[in-house]
Amino acid sequence: MSAVIPAPQLPAPAPARSPGVWRAAWQRLRHDRVGMACLMIVGAFAVLILIATLGLIAADWQREVGLPYAPPAFVGPDRDEAQQAIAAPKGPPVDLSDVDPLAPRYAEWRERAARFQTAETVKSPTLPFGGDRLGRDVLAKAIKGAQISIFVGVFAALLATLIGTVLGALGGYVGGKVGDFLEWVYNVFTSIPDILLIFAFAAVFGRGIETVILILGLAGWTGMYRQVRAEYIKHRTREYVRAAEAIGVSHRARMFVHILPNVSHVILVRLSLLVVGFIKAEVILSFLGLGVPVDQVSWGTMLAEANVELVLGKWWQLAAATAFMATFVTAFSLLTDALRDALDPKLR
Amino acid sequence: MTPLVSVSNLRVAFRLGRESTVEAVRGVSFDIPANTTVALVGESGSGKTVSAMSILRLLVAHPGRLRQIRGRDITAVFQEPMTSLNPVFTVGDQIAEVLQLHRGLPRRQAFEQTADLLHEVGIPEPRARVSAYPHELSGGQQQRVMIAMAIANQPKLLIADEPTTALDVTIQRQVLELIARLRERHRMSVLFISHDLALVGEIADQVVVMRDGEVQEHGPVERIFRAPQHPYTKGLLACRPRLDVRPRRLPVIDDFMRSTEPKDPGPLERPSEASTVVEAKGLRKEFRLKTGLFSSKALHAVREVSFSLARGRTVGLVGESGSGKTTVGMLLMRLLDASAGEVRFEGTDLLALSDRQMMAYRRRIQVVFQNPYASLNPRFTIGQMLTEPMRVHRLGANETDRAERARRLLQRVELPPESFHKYPHEFSGGQRQRIAIARALAVEPEVLICDESVSALDVSVQATVLNLLLDLQEEQGLAYLFISHDLAVVKYMADEILVMREGEVVERGPSEALFRAPRHDYTKNLLGAIPRGIEGRV
Repeated sequence: MSAVIPAPQLPAPAPARSPGVWRAAWQRLRHDRVGMACLMIVGAFAVLILIATLGLIAADWQREVGLPYAPPAFVGPDRDEAQQAIAAPKGPPVDLSDVDPLAPRYAEWRERAARFQTAETVKSPTLPFGGDRLGRDVLAKAIKGAQISIFVGVFAALLATLIGTVLGALGGYVGGKVGDFLEWVYNVFTSIPDILLIFAFAAVFGRGIETVILILGLAGWTGMYRQVRAEYIKHRTREYVRAAEAIGVSHRARMFVHILPNVSHVILVRLSLLVVGFIKAEVILSFLGLGVPVDQVSWGTMLAEANVELVLGKWWQLAAATAFMATFVTAFSLLTDALRDALDPKLR
Repeated sequence: MTPLVSVSNLRVAFRLGRESTVEAVRGVSFDIPANTTVALVGESGSGKTVSAMSILRLLVAHPGRLRQIRGRDITAVFQEPMTSLNPVFTVGDQIAEVLQLHRGLPRRQAFEQTADLLHEVGIPEPRARVSAYPHELSGGQQQRVMIAMAIANQPKLLIADEPTTALDVTIQRQVLELIARLRERHRMSVLFISHDLALVGEIADQVVVMRDGEVQEHGPVERIFRAPQHPYTKGLLACRPRLDVRPRRLPVIDDFMRSTEPKDPGPLERPSEASTVVEAKGLRKEFRLKTGLFSSKALHAVREVSFSLARGRTVGLVGESGSGKTTVGMLLMRLLDASAGEVRFEGTDLLALSDRQMMAYRRRIQVVFQNPYASLNPRFTIGQMLTEPMRVHRLGANETDRAERARRLLQRVELPPESFHKYPHEFSGGQRQRIAIARALAVEPEVLICDESVSALDVSVQATVLNLLLDLQEEQGLAYLFISHDLAVVKYMADEILVMREGEVVERGPSEALFRAPRHDYTKNLLGAIPRGIEGRV
């Protein structure tokens, strides 16, 4: 015998949230092999930078842990060091007190010096990726340099994006007199050669990380402005914006709630291009001595040191900085390409 | 007699991403006999264009021969003449190039022939027009130039892919007549692709009805129109509004496909006496065009347009492109500022209100635009889209209440409740237009402006959306301003019709009377150009 038990009233299953535009873009990105590889490399750099910022690695990059110009471990220690050193004197001891006026005081100084403890640090003859002029670890420098360079690149790009987007949105959406004025500002800015503009800012603001960010941000917003403005002009007359107007949505909401998400992919791609460009710009600035302060290290300062070292045959600092920078910049650029394809599939 | 072209069991598949493919054409077969017009008819996505374009590719296995045949034996005319012509070359250059390329004519001779060709396709002053740039010609003339280019080398087959869809009705008729005349004179075949069965009835000898990549029905035009066999063909024929009757609801294709042919629903009942909601008086709009550094010229987009909208009734605004009909709608909603005139909403002049005061009236007049793909914000979910207007106008007690209202709206426009969390790209054109209607209704308006609201939709979908609009009007007593270039649709929907031309109302009147006895020449022209299927053969 069976009894009919009324089925318990189950709550209706929550309707599955459908993939939004971003989700769909992510799906497309996942199918892009090059893009995913690059994303992993960029992600690895991000992790590296995070660890470095927390001070877990490369915090003591300024310690002179190796001999000056200690070669990389995989090359091995300098064997010809002994031959190059001056041979030990072989003649009889000579009293120099009549030659050296300070000779009588040596004993006294030695006595005073003995009152302090001196610790002889053992300097390693090789380092994982060699050492610089002062025997600092090049690998640690490169990691610390990555932190500073990428930090500068990303924040300068964010600043430029903020300026470019806000001005571009205003210029494109409002148009008229405001648009004309912004165009005028834009024209003035772009009529000055970029590098000159950067030098001018650098000369005025002095050195420092914040300054570099400010300089690059202030000098680099024009491209973003131009593109965002064009997008806003295009979208301003689209029917969905018209429909929002018909509903009574305010200008500000139309600009930033309705249109902005629709141009955000353009901004994102441009932003990543700016990051790459600004990392390179920071390197140039630091190389020229206008970048980060002397007590800090970036890929640019490493390269600036490298040109002296290269004459002496010490190639590893140049190699380390270049390898780091090339890897990151290439991966980031390719990722940008993949991102553009993923966000705007119509392009393909 | 062997046919000129014989297509048998044609299949075309497109790759979607890495693994998946979609079959656009699934085993299509038809013949194109010499000296005949064959029409491929179907709605969007039926595979009609893909089938036709495959002919160009498949015919020859040898790639070298392909270039010879394409452009000489087989030529094509496309939908958008504006984008088919290269804007930086003169019309003469472009036609002469075809002659030089395929027939090896010397340049001078090619240009002389070009003038003859332009004359043949009916372009006035052909000698002068040889050196005109595409932008100096109207849309209809541009399409004539495209046709001239296509027939320049005496092709055996002309593929015309929706050649008149982008053109106004009166121009459409002329181009159709031109194609028919040229086919006769040059003894060629035409493969005519269209979504409009009525239009096809006027020109084709053979009709191939396609749907979802398959041929549904195939036969001589007489039989297709007089005795359609397939339910889909019957549906297509029935769901276009007709000029002679005004049924309560339009039949839709689904009824035919389920083989429950709809009973005669009886005539449409309209409220005769109704209270006026909006009254527009002497609306004018001028745009200033800069002609020089200091001089400018006024362009009269709209002059002296007056009408009144009453509860539960529809005013139709008909005109060709550039007639100013959309501008009138924009002026009414203050999406554009009028140069003169007044819009009285229950006595208050909307045009004199400040933006703040206008907000209250924004709620009461809403609009549904033409393009359902452009009028919905792609980054908003349907839920966001429907609740936003309520939030702006402080309707509903709280978010839950608004979401509840939004769900009711979705139900009202016959969309599943799951739509709430979806994005616009997941819907078809017709569904999107329902969403746009739901959004307009979210603020409980009294007046709805339908600006070409069904023009971008397939015929079958058009009927369902029109039925929905009629239902809503009956239920809520909405006043419609129905703007369209499609006379048949306006005739079906509207109680009173205003015919506009170059910013002016040339004729107005109750829709029945206007269609029965048009007085103005322009109205007569318009009515004469409506495709009538087999009755209106070219």
